[in-house]
Amino acid sequence: MTSILCPEIPNAGFSFENCKRNTLLQSKGLSLPKATKTGTTIVGIQIKDGIVLGADTRATEDTTVADKNCEKIHYIAPNIYCCGAGTAADTEMSTQMISSQLALHSLYTNRQVRVCTANMMLKQYLFRYQGYIGAALILGGVDSTGPHLYQIYPHGSTDKLPFTTMGSGSLAAMAVFESRWKPDMEETEGIQLVRDAIAAGIFNDLGSGSNVDICVIRKSGVDYKRTYEEANKKGTRQNSYRYPRGATAVLSTKIQNIEIETTVQHIEPMDTA
Amino acid sequence: MDSDWMNAPHSTGTSIMAAEFNGGVVIGADTRTTTGAYIANRVTDKLTKVTDHIYCCRSGSAADTQAIADIVSYHLGFHGMELGEEPLVETSAAVFQELCYNYRDSLMAGILVAGWDKRKGGQIYSIPIGGMCVRQNVSIGGSGSSYVYGYVDANYKPGMSKEACVDFVTKTLALAMSRDGSSGGCIRIGVITKDGIERKVILGSAVPKFYED
Repeated sequence: MTSILCPEIPNAGFSFENCKRNTLLQSKGLSLPKATKTGTTIVGIQIKDGIVLGADTRATEDTTVADKNCEKIHYIAPNIYCCGAGTAADTEMSTQMISSQLALHSLYTNRQVRVCTANMMLKQYLFRYQGYIGAALILGGVDSTGPHLYQIYPHGSTDKLPFTTMGSGSLAAMAVFESRWKPDMEETEGIQLVRDAIAAGIFNDLGSGSNVDICVIRKSGVDYKRTYEEANKKGTRQNSYRYPRGATAVLSTKIQNIEIETTVQHIEPMDTA
Repeated sequence: MDSDWMNAPHSTGTSIMAAEFNGGVVIGADTRTTTGAYIANRVTDKLTKVTDHIYCCRSGSAADTQAIADIVSYHLGFHGMELGEEPLVETSAAVFQELCYNYRDSLMAGILVAGWDKRKGGQIYSIPIGGMCVRQNVSIGGSGSSYVYGYVDANYKPGMSKEACVDFVTKTLALAMSRDGSSGGCIRIGVITKDGIERKVILGSAVPKFYED
């Protein structure tokens, strides 16, 4: 018995009524929409007293490029940044949430936050969701104990490494690091190596493309180089390929008059007196 | 675009080991972490600290074992403060076992807990996948261990010297790593005595070689 005066109270909790319909539609060949994934190349290295993070800027939806210039290096804290690969929404939201918690933590303790704290919070958050939050991250920063670089997998496992790559272009980028990384590199040398690793991803991996973003973190401050390089600059035309006026010969001309009927309608102004 | 190995759970197809000697325990592990066929980390540290005198060797899912080790480390840190002294290895193993048994349906973890305490000296507890807990004088674990059970049974002697025990663990791991595809890289060794841990790394180029054609 329901009426407008006495409406039926809906059941509390989640509603799964669409699940049955969705599986039916799926069995009939209608696939579910796919989440935007950042088929990505992201990298990070430790240099002398600092960290260099790098990322490409392509976001894909299946085989189409959804965003040609997206930002994959996320802010965590003034001294910590994080590259994200995997499901774009998940990397964005998980970094934002941890960033906000760390901002409060920093205020509460009246200290600069440590990279290991950010790592612990991210891994515990991702582990809680058992890999369903598809965020593969490279976390880098400088704190009171020096520069630190972590690799975080969606299931919540982490590794502390001097150089690391992730995403679909990680193999191409790792090949560059394995051959050329060395301890205590200078900033310019480090940036060049990271550029080359991202470029390797952009050119050899279909999931990666567009531009190179780089972020250098040092004790003295952060240098976020958004669009450090456009890897695929569009070429400029050498000549004008426009045809000059009159390049097409006129073979014959025929003019036909069009008869137009016109009627003029006068509109009287409205009487507002 | 995303290949299977990217979404494959990250696991430590591993060779791990622990052996008692007179005065403490020697623990050892390879350094390979794999995601499918890709080596995600070739210098992993699978010898994880729980307290100053208790360490664990992790095998199985990297995420699961790291989470467990962090939780146990937290509990024992607290327990140590309440107790006013270092927790027992037995206690540590019991905490590991409780987690591994209660969550046995959702975890993939094979752990060796090893350490030294003043009540029983050097001890090793093996906690395989179902959440059992058993004390052993020598224990091996991970996918590489199946290749070296015979070697361990034939060569382990109770009451070895520290040097002999380190050599035994190194050789066992080298043999396991050479036959198991998902183990490899370097060998990490830890010697736990009353004075704490003494750690060392044997680089891939210095890993002992046996018969190779």
